[in-house]
Amino acid sequence: MNLLEVRNLRVWDGRGGSVLVSDSSFQLKKGSCLAIIGESGSGKSLTCRAIMRLNGRGLLQSGEIRFKGVDLNELDEREMRSRRGKQLYMILQNGMRAFDPSSVIGVHLRETLARHYRWNKNETTEKLRQAMQSVRLQDPIGILNKYPHQLSGGMLQRVMIALALLLEPDVILADEPTTALDTVSKFEVVEQFIQLRERTGCSMIFVSHELGVVRKLADEVMVMRAGSVIESGTAAAIFSNARHDYTRYLTSSQRKLNDRFQELMGGAGIADR
Amino acid sequence: MPELLTVEGVYKTYRKGGMFSRERQQILRDISFEYKEGECLGIIGESGSGKSTLGRLLLGIEKPDRGTILLQGESVEKRGGRRGRISAVFQDYTSSINPYFTVEQAILEPLTLQPDGMEAKRDKVGRLLRQVGLDSSFRSKYPHELSGGQIQRVCIARAVATESPCILLDEAISSLDGSVQMQVLELLKELKDSFRLGYLFITHDIQSAAYLCDRVLILRSGQIEEIVDIKELKNVQSPYAQKLLRMMIT
Repeated sequence: MNLLEVRNLRVWDGRGGSVLVSDSSFQLKKGSCLAIIGESGSGKSLTCRAIMRLNGRGLLQSGEIRFKGVDLNELDEREMRSRRGKQLYMILQNGMRAFDPSSVIGVHLRETLARHYRWNKNETTEKLRQAMQSVRLQDPIGILNKYPHQLSGGMLQRVMIALALLLEPDVILADEPTTALDTVSKFEVVEQFIQLRERTGCSMIFVSHELGVVRKLADEVMVMRAGSVIESGTAAAIFSNARHDYTRYLTSSQRKLNDRFQELMGGAGIADR
Repeated sequence: MPELLTVEGVYKTYRKGGMFSRERQQILRDISFEYKEGECLGIIGESGSGKSTLGRLLLGIEKPDRGTILLQGESVEKRGGRRGRISAVFQDYTSSINPYFTVEQAILEPLTLQPDGMEAKRDKVGRLLRQVGLDSSFRSKYPHELSGGQIQRVCIARAVATESPCILLDEAISSLDGSVQMQVLELLKELKDSFRLGYLFITHDIQSAAYLCDRVLILRSGQIEEIVDIKELKNVQSPYAQKLLRMMIT
């Protein structure tokens, strides 16, 4: 069953008229993870933000975004807002910009939770504490009292995942969540994404150009280039026998790096899992 | 090959808190290693491990609290000693080139002190652009007209222009797309062979370090955990380095 169906999505610049995403159509099955890959400027993030209807006023969009039988494009801002967070949840690349820099993390999290639940202060704190511990953040209460700039990128990413655990959204849209992270935090965040799916059974759209991470998480992959979808299929099919030259080009550069690394590691040994 | 860089017992702290705070945060502790001419040495570590600080010390932009860094026997802190011996490419390409400069002006900038005539210098710019895979139509372009990969190529051309034997690359490819990363890595390999360059390749991406480098230095909270030949990468000794390799997502 398709949870989210996008038909002929088009995003264009309202002033210049240039088309940024043209005629893209895709579906997200319930419980599955769809990865969108492509180079910068290919329209991956725009597509994500178009689903959330978060593109700025200068950008216009048309087409159909059917979520649980309702076309999101038809909703007014108030109805859309009630769906954001609770039903459609977005995780951004830059944690530092995703949180309000002028207040501590806790204020932001409580405010979001208060919009969707009627928990009292102690309940909220207790739930937050549990959620943050489950994404392996030590000292949750300390973190709630810190400003975004006091935490590392990987920690902020995990705070966002903890909030997702509490909101239990139907669809999570993650826009390059691991790109800015180093090896160790990337590994930890990817682990948390896998567990997030197991725990909440949510569907996921995962935007990334890191194919290693995509291969670990995605069930299906969609390749975008210059604003249009050029190929989509199961992850196995895209990585092993892609039909399109461009897809092969994208995966080959990754493979080249990987091959050298595997060769150095002797194909096995401690890198073997 | 002679030693190009000799680093001995380097310590670095930064003041923590405000201007008048006495508290100091230790960034680097007892760093010693040698770097041979023409070698490609990877410096890898997590964020906050002190990689970039070490890079700035090696470039002479900042001074160590204790210890010495010698560049061909001369202290790297002396401006004259550094000239023409080490150059750099940084991660943030949006701020690496003066936005009022065209590509040509940007590459000419480090050449102003060289005695060649203007014609010769312009020829050189053309040659360098070709070598980094850009045609001469890029000469008159401004940085905002270029993509990230193209700007990084211009920065590499600018670094090569000084003909220094060593280029320090501080996360120079980390903000580029996977496929563009590969193109730049290939370019660096080519340049290494044709100019007999050496690199100090600072990165958190072990895979790209493994692709380019002869040796890697693993930093952990300001200390050298291990220096290992790339061919011996699978036999790293310290538990931390082993953990780091285990956590690679390939």
